[in-house]
Amino acid sequence: MNKTILNKNIVVHILLFLAAIVAIPGMLSAQTGSLKISFVNTVNGKPVVLRDSIYSNYFGEQYSISKLKYYISNIIVSHNAENKNMGGYYLVNAASDNNSFDIQLKPGKYNSLEFLLGVDSIRNCSGAQTDALDPMNDMFWTWNTGYVMFKLEGTSASSTADLNRIEHHIGGYKGSNNVATKINFSFANDRLLEVKANSSTELVIEMNMDNYWHSTNDIKITETPVCMVTGELAKKIAANFLNLFSIKSIRNIP
Amino acid sequence: MKIKIIISVMFFFIASMIIIGATHDDGYGPYAPHPITLEIPKGWPKPSTDIYANNKLTEEGFQLGKKLFYDTKLSKGEEISCASCHQQFAAFATFDHDLSHGVHNGFSTRNAPGLFNLAWMTDLHWDGGVNHIEVQPLSPITAKNEMGETLDSVLYKIKKDSSYKRMFKAAFGDATINSQRMLKAIAQFTGTLVSANSKYDKVKRGEDSFSPFEEKGYMVFKAKCASCHKEPLFTDNSFRNNGRPLNRFTDIGRQKITQLSSDSLKFKVPSLRNAQLTFPYMHDGSIYSIPQVIEHYRTGIITDQPTLDPLLKNRIPLSNLEKNQLVYFIYTLTDSSFTKNLRYSPSGSDNIINPGYDRH
Repeated sequence: MNKTILNKNIVVHILLFLAAIVAIPGMLSAQTGSLKISFVNTVNGKPVVLRDSIYSNYFGEQYSISKLKYYISNIIVSHNAENKNMGGYYLVNAASDNNSFDIQLKPGKYNSLEFLLGVDSIRNCSGAQTDALDPMNDMFWTWNTGYVMFKLEGTSASSTADLNRIEHHIGGYKGSNNVATKINFSFANDRLLEVKANSSTELVIEMNMDNYWHSTNDIKITETPVCMVTGELAKKIAANFLNLFSIKSIRNIP
Repeated sequence: MKIKIIISVMFFFIASMIIIGATHDDGYGPYAPHPITLEIPKGWPKPSTDIYANNKLTEEGFQLGKKLFYDTKLSKGEEISCASCHQQFAAFATFDHDLSHGVHNGFSTRNAPGLFNLAWMTDLHWDGGVNHIEVQPLSPITAKNEMGETLDSVLYKIKKDSSYKRMFKAAFGDATINSQRMLKAIAQFTGTLVSANSKYDKVKRGEDSFSPFEEKGYMVFKAKCASCHKEPLFTDNSFRNNGRPLNRFTDIGRQKITQLSSDSLKFKVPSLRNAQLTFPYMHDGSIYSIPQVIEHYRTGIITDQPTLDPLLKNRIPLSNLEKNQLVYFIYTLTDSSFTKNLRYSPSGSDNIINPGYDRH
């Protein structure tokens, strides 16, 4: 009899103790919400399909895409002057099924989202990196240190290069050769980006390849099948980076 | 009674959690690294940037880096290691080779420089294309004509070797092997290769004295060479065109990195330390001996190149006597305690003068 009561008490205390271990860290940390930023790459009005599909650019040049990768970094979500630098380095890869990145934010409404297309100069100069910036991701120049910020490979009958290749490895972080480009979105007062506690908001950003060839500058495959070094040509192509991205949708995931 | 039991139960839980946490045993023992420091020789400047700011130097990291440096797993077909082209007895240059041998009977297109005092070097490679010591190995490892490997393959081979798991744990706290850790470890070895114990250094420290001929050579050096080969490192880390012709590889040097025509044919000013051992000379190994190098500066400079260094537009006037004095001074820069230092030799080796595998 006495033994049973004791046993019950022990069980209750163990459960309480375990509950405390589980609950206390959660109670100590501030509430956050999750912002899921998803990148969707489109071309000719459809999601990019690697290799098999033939696309056409503004100049009527037919081409296919075999590789499409780019860096997104230094994400800043803010409301008016109050900046929340979220940092982070992410690699969008058209060959990957998952181009969504979760970041944790203080719940609230935000009117601005900014990111860098590319990798900032500090990380280009700081030695061996890991995760998205691991040189194993094949986005790193070994002979002239620096990250390829945007990589496009494919083929086109319009290309005069060997095997009709398109090879655009766009990079450069030094001084006037820097091609990393700040992309900024603002949200109108009636359509603020809202992040709620303990739930997730998904922001879908579209990257439109059509603007890669024709927006600020005209980039013809005939003239520019290959760009593998930093400098004027890379800068001319990178001037179009500013026009690649648009917000496609915002939705709350309960 | 009841309280006693509760206390003992809680004690049991806390103790078991501590035990679970502490003995999450990977079989490689506790993590207890031994910090080491980069030795800055007396009278030398501090390096302009701290290459170890994000790479804590430890004996374990150094030993791991050394093992990697001497390991042929870093090349395709396990033919060569870093040390095949960077031989300690040649101050970590390739002895007696204008160009170095890569895998599959390939050849490099530039002369392998000696490796020492790299912590003071602001940009690496003849053209300065590499901006940090940690990322330098990526270039030779992946170059088709050098080690011809992929990073995936190198890491695959290293992960299969259980001795590496132990060494990565000892250096970094757990047995995770990735490219970042591999590169940081190699940098712990290469960046701490310090050569500062030549006769010249001993003279500077008051432990030795120059012969009269060497002393004269030092005077000539200070008057005619020291503005580029700046003491005590014997380089100012600048890029200059020293009047060599465009070679058969149409190697334009620094221009390839900056895309600036004003950088055409500019190459890094190499240190003169250990020059006696690092022949042949120049970025392409096209000059065989020290007297021939001096003869180039005296009579051979191609002066109608637009990017020729202004200091060389009249070449360097030197008498035959001065030329010989200079040679003898340069010999005082040889640091045999560096080339024979077993700390830099493969672990377990006791005779580095006869390397086990010599590719000629």
